[in-house]
Amino acid sequence: MSRQIGEVILDLKNVSLSFGGVKALTDISFDVREHEIRAIIGPNGAGKSSMLNVINGVYRPQQGDIILRGRRFSRMNPYEAAKAGISRTFQNIALFKGMNVIDNLMTGRNLKIRSNLIQQAFWWGPARREELAHRAKVEEVIDFLEIQHIRKTPVGRLPYGLQKRVDLGRALAMEPSILLLDEPMAGMNVEEKQDMCRFILDVNDQFGTTIVLIEHDMAVVMDISDRVVVLDYGKKIGDGAPDEVRANPEVITAYLGASH
Amino acid sequence: MLYRENGQFKTSYAADQQIFPIAQDRWAIVGLLLFAFVGIPLLVDEYLLRAILIPFLILSLAALGVNILVGFCGQITLGAGAFMAVGAYAAYNFHIRIEGLPLLLSFLLGGLTAAAVGIFFGIPSLRVRGLYLAVATLAAQFFTDWVFLRVPWFTDNASSGSVSVSNLQVLGWQIATPVDKYLFCLGWLVVFALLAKNMTRSAIGRQWMAIRDMDVAAEVIGIRPLFAKLSAFAVSSFFVGTAGTLWGFIHLSSWEPAAFSVDRSFQLLFMVIIGGLGSIMGSFFGAAFIVILPIALNQFLPAFGGLFGVTISTAGVSHAELIVFGALIIFFLIKEPHGIARLWSTAKEKLRLWPFPH
Repeated sequence: MSRQIGEVILDLKNVSLSFGGVKALTDISFDVREHEIRAIIGPNGAGKSSMLNVINGVYRPQQGDIILRGRRFSRMNPYEAAKAGISRTFQNIALFKGMNVIDNLMTGRNLKIRSNLIQQAFWWGPARREELAHRAKVEEVIDFLEIQHIRKTPVGRLPYGLQKRVDLGRALAMEPSILLLDEPMAGMNVEEKQDMCRFILDVNDQFGTTIVLIEHDMAVVMDISDRVVVLDYGKKIGDGAPDEVRANPEVITAYLGASH
Repeated sequence: MLYRENGQFKTSYAADQQIFPIAQDRWAIVGLLLFAFVGIPLLVDEYLLRAILIPFLILSLAALGVNILVGFCGQITLGAGAFMAVGAYAAYNFHIRIEGLPLLLSFLLGGLTAAAVGIFFGIPSLRVRGLYLAVATLAAQFFTDWVFLRVPWFTDNASSGSVSVSNLQVLGWQIATPVDKYLFCLGWLVVFALLAKNMTRSAIGRQWMAIRDMDVAAEVIGIRPLFAKLSAFAVSSFFVGTAGTLWGFIHLSSWEPAAFSVDRSFQLLFMVIIGGLGSIMGSFFGAAFIVILPIALNQFLPAFGGLFGVTISTAGVSHAELIVFGALIIFFLIKEPHGIARLWSTAKEKLRLWPFPH
């Protein structure tokens, strides 16, 4: 690959998160470098999705810091995260079901819209111009993801695989610098997985987007990611290049179970 | 065959994003507006204007407001009547207390006051939703009922609690006859419907719908729930408030708080449910349906009973009205949650393919 992996862009330090008595994450630290594809893996309930939710501020960790491009956030919130260029997709698709594909992607442009409510109500110069400019951007995403034929379909009517793709599209429409993908390939057939892998690699390659990804398909993870973090019961048990992680005895135990 | 978009290619996003992208729709709407502005005043008698068309126009405007909040932003409200009352009484106070204030301006100020009150009663929506929010907005209803009945200042110390206005003039145009009133309400409604459509097709509308459909995802892409919800409350209350001013000033011209009771709130909510949640068109369908149904039943039921030799009393008809409303609401909630508007768009889809549906 021609892309250059850069400096640390996102650094998580000693993050702990609990819900009442349940410890979801215990003292987890890892970093993400610019332009890399960083995978988070682990058995079910290991705290992977909680980790993503901490990164973009949906959950607030009791302890620990998130350092984004040198800026320290002890508590992130979703709005700040979005403004800082973090976007994400969801494990169980969280699209806006009542809206069509274009409108779903247009919501991704929301933070870039400057015109106010009154201008929009009158469809006045700036509001109208913006609407057209963002539509053009959204069409680029539509072309990129090859979903031209469904652009005016309400997303509730789309099959699962395409909904996943639109979900990715909405995140891409934000032109993020960091993209968090929560099981982008869950429940897909082989062909759809291949398509999704291609899109992820293309995003990373063409736009230089840093990608943090949770995935259960080990073949996919080992193939496309640069570095892998392994979580188990909310603790970090492995971190490194795919090959190192695969050889890590603790990781093997977590996945296959230990012999007692 | 007649309703086809074949050959109507769009070569720019501007053309693709217009309100009526299909040419036939554009002609239909132009024809409808011409008929409404020119044809109806020539053809229709005063009774029909006063009893059906003016209430229909004003309630459409109110339903449009309720639909923005309930249908587009997903925040349920039972306080629409209250915001109508606030609009009407606020406009009344501006009208009598500020000498020489143009009528249009006092209408708009009435709407703005309603918007402010709407924002205030919308604050609970940041914490609660669904039924709990409905109860919180119901509080607005009872609160305004009480205020306008008990605080004499708002009704200019009228002993009966009822207020009246007369001699209405807009930009030198004396609004006296039913035709004047009809044209004024129609013009007002057309402008506001256009504003509503513009909002729902631009960024603010998408924010509302995003909050309605999936609020966590909306937050993650940078939509602030606080702004989205409260702006929906403000815009909705503004629409409903101006509908209240029209109802008071133009339709009734003398009114008391009972004109904006909780029944009105329910009626508006029913309009939106039956007409179509999240559809501008649906607000009109719902209003038409609810205004016309009682009158139709009045004409039709006694005749229908007569066929079987049963006499149906007036009380019987008004009871039947409630029964039919209830049944229809249950029907729509179960069978077609998107209301008449969805039936309409399905019919249009079918018409586009007719007569070769394959």
